[in-house]
Amino acid sequence: MSDETIFIEGGRVIDPAAGTDGLRTVVIRAGRIAEVSERVERPREARAIDARGRWVVPGFIDLHAHLREPGQEYKETVETGARAALAGGFTAVCAMPNTLPPNDNASVTELVLARAAEAGLARVYPVGCISKGLKGEELAEYGELKEAGCVALSDDGRPVASPALMRRALEYARAFDLPVSVHEEDLSLVGKGVMHEGETSTRLGLLGAPAAAEEVMVLRDIALAELTGGRLHIAHLSCQGSVRAVREAKRRGLAVTAEATPHHLALRDEDVARSGYDSSFKMNPPLRSAADVLAVREGLADGTIDCIATDHAPHSLVEKEVEFDLAANGVVGLETAFAVCLALVREGALSERRLVEALTAAPARTFGLPGGALAKDAPADVAILDPAHEWRCDPAGFFTKGRNSPWKGASLRGRCTHAFVGGRLVHELRGALR
Amino acid sequence: MIGRHRHLIGLEDLSREEILQILTLSTSMKEVLRRPLKKVPTLRGKAIVNLFFEASTRTRTSFETAAKILSADAVNWTAATSSVSKGETLLDTARNIEAMRPDVLVIRHPAGGAPGFIAARVACAVVSAGDGAHEHPSQGLLDLYTLAEHLTRVGGAPPQAPPDFDTLAGKTVTIVGDVTHSRVARSNLHGLTKLGAKVRVCGPPTMIPPGIEALGASVHYHLRPAVEGADAVMMLRIQHERIGDPLLPGTREYSKVWGLNERKVKEWLKPSCAILHPGPINRGVELSPEVADGPQSVILEQVENGVAVRMAILYLVSGGAPDQSTEGAARA
Amino acid sequence: MREEAVMNAQAIERHLKRMALEIHERAQGGELAIVGIRRGGVHLAKRLGHELALATGREAPLGTLDIALYRDDLSERASAPVVGPTDIKFSVSGKTILLVDDVLYTGRTVRAALDELVDFGRPRRVLLAVLIDRGGRELPIAPDVVGARLEVPEPEQVEVRLTEEGAKGDEVIVKSRGPA
Repeated sequence: MSDETIFIEGGRVIDPAAGTDGLRTVVIRAGRIAEVSERVERPREARAIDARGRWVVPGFIDLHAHLREPGQEYKETVETGARAALAGGFTAVCAMPNTLPPNDNASVTELVLARAAEAGLARVYPVGCISKGLKGEELAEYGELKEAGCVALSDDGRPVASPALMRRALEYARAFDLPVSVHEEDLSLVGKGVMHEGETSTRLGLLGAPAAAEEVMVLRDIALAELTGGRLHIAHLSCQGSVRAVREAKRRGLAVTAEATPHHLALRDEDVARSGYDSSFKMNPPLRSAADVLAVREGLADGTIDCIATDHAPHSLVEKEVEFDLAANGVVGLETAFAVCLALVREGALSERRLVEALTAAPARTFGLPGGALAKDAPADVAILDPAHEWRCDPAGFFTKGRNSPWKGASLRGRCTHAFVGGRLVHELRGALR
Repeated sequence: MIGRHRHLIGLEDLSREEILQILTLSTSMKEVLRRPLKKVPTLRGKAIVNLFFEASTRTRTSFETAAKILSADAVNWTAATSSVSKGETLLDTARNIEAMRPDVLVIRHPAGGAPGFIAARVACAVVSAGDGAHEHPSQGLLDLYTLAEHLTRVGGAPPQAPPDFDTLAGKTVTIVGDVTHSRVARSNLHGLTKLGAKVRVCGPPTMIPPGIEALGASVHYHLRPAVEGADAVMMLRIQHERIGDPLLPGTREYSKVWGLNERKVKEWLKPSCAILHPGPINRGVELSPEVADGPQSVILEQVENGVAVRMAILYLVSGGAPDQSTEGAARA
Repeated sequence: MREEAVMNAQAIERHLKRMALEIHERAQGGELAIVGIRRGGVHLAKRLGHELALATGREAPLGTLDIALYRDDLSERASAPVVGPTDIKFSVSGKTILLVDDVLYTGRTVRAALDELVDFGRPRRVLLAVLIDRGGRELPIAPDVVGARLEVPEPEQVEVRLTEEGAKGDEVIVKSRGPA
């Protein structure tokens, strides 16, 4: 927390939690939000930040990112990931536990938190494993994980293949009020598939994984959520069947939440063909058909899908610059998420308010995290975004170590110019100073 | 160059005219194969490297023969399947070979997209000898050539007449077998539709990929309606070795339902219908021995034409410095 | 591009008749076969064959040679030259082969034709007949029978147009840059 008093003036404040959308001044004092009002007198010694033409929003919260530390620091570290997050307007990221060793105990959780504290950048909330060692056999110690600082549980990267284990995980997690974030795919249906099974995979001669591989697991786990009363969160939802299932589950009042990634909202399987087998378009779940993308967009707009989460997955060139079949799954996304989702707003698929909500209040609510709103006396986690800023996506200039982005070389519009964590300005876009 | 293409990665990328350019040239190349001295000095001093990441004697030998007839130096390089855990990546292998300055790289690889991946990163010309289930352009071309040759003969032309590639327009060709995993099927589908033929695919539902209709084929699960009235039937090899994904109960039932034997050929196929197979044949599974060796089979012609077609391909991609503008006719 | 006709149909016919007699003399004692070099020599070969048959009463076998696969300039050209059909149905070994082309210039085409011809067998003898010898040799190649010699400077081109190829009348044209 810093002691500085900062006035963010002239910006359009969008705070869906408070229902605010209009020109306001945001005052930060002693690291907290002091005031959000239309007309505020600024004392001369206070620092002023000119936010005219820009949006001022609660710092974004990402429920799903892979920071690779401990064990795969060549791909990313907590520090580089936290820096990339800030560049994208995210003041908080949840770190997935598929590290080496996986985060199934307090020591790894504490390491992640220690690295985040050393970096002093975005907040990092560790996510613990559902099963010991991510093996899908035994439950990890949820109590210890929660006490050490985990905010949720996930075996992301793999599904929990055993329905019996999934049932027990949902039940046991209730004791610690932890949401369970699930990576849904039936491995036997996926087989050796490397992209979505459909016309494009047929044309490219690549083995495909059908959307049903995701849907059957979503349906299974919704039934288990109903059985156990647990908090089920579906990670990176990608197909119409899954959206339908979640919509129906919510209608029946079940505690099921869901997230979707910017790439599943913006890209489709055709883009793998158009890119010429570029592995920057290879991820799991894969990019799907036009109908699936439409369903995911509609699901986000109508609240079936609660929030946007990046599934930021950095890999090194060794893992990505190979034949499509052999390339690792995953793309980076923290630094491009806002621009990509803003394009959806311009296309009419999403409202501005819903976009901000899906990145702020909704993720906070879904995992029960602090932040996501510009509430009085709350720690001042704030992002200033320029929705008109045009920039060329050059991965060589990313803060993340990963260069695997499907938007490489694209012209994007929309970027974070400033990010505050606890009232401290921890990120500023070069050239954005006025 | 093939039209505006420096590399030959697939038939999907080629226009009808570019395909005809290769086929017409193949006719002249076939004449060379029939000479007493089967050698011309055309590609003397050019180095053609066969970079095969998948075992294949016949395609590799065919390319090698084609190169040698054109007096090029042919070098074979067979790698264990590329895998990051085994050491050298595909990219490193290709770059190492390229450092030895070949003029043409002929690449066969189990991953779709691999030849294109290499072509974008090396300076020499790249010819795909098959990538995963994606394309096998030289096979597609030699099948088109063989079909045109057969149809020209059937159409009453004198035996010495060169194949007329317009004969493919309006004809029906049926492809039978594991279409999902077949690069031969895909290349043929692209080539045949570009030359105006109608394509039917036939096989068990587990072996017909989704969206194949969008590529121009009509789908049949039963063999008889698929082959009745067809001008040519192309049988694909059924691989027993697919572990973990049970597409068939076994080859016995496949052979009964989708295999061709003498009786089915006599009762269901037009007498003028040609029977093709890219090889190697599983005798008794896709084709009975009598059909494979029978009068309607053009399988051996396919092999001979394969050398001519590959000569044409190597000649075109080795042709010249791509940066220079086209010169006028040679000075006599 | 300026075009000037330097020889008309009657002159061409006269030359061909005279060439046929010369060839008959030079080829005495040998079994003659005629091979036209594509593309310019093909129709001339046929005409000479006809004139020879009139003069000798015997039809010599006729073939066509395409030299594209034997060129020496493949690496310098932007795209591979079109390869036409070579059609030699008789054995060349032991025969007197008459190679026929329309215009002899640098000699490279004939060099390629000779290389290709000897890959078909071992002729007893090879004679070269051309309608026009325009000088400018880059290789030591000399014609045995010539229709006419023309001194044509470097940038200009000599073209033989025949009715078999669709021309209105046979003629020899010299093309040069300059006002039309």
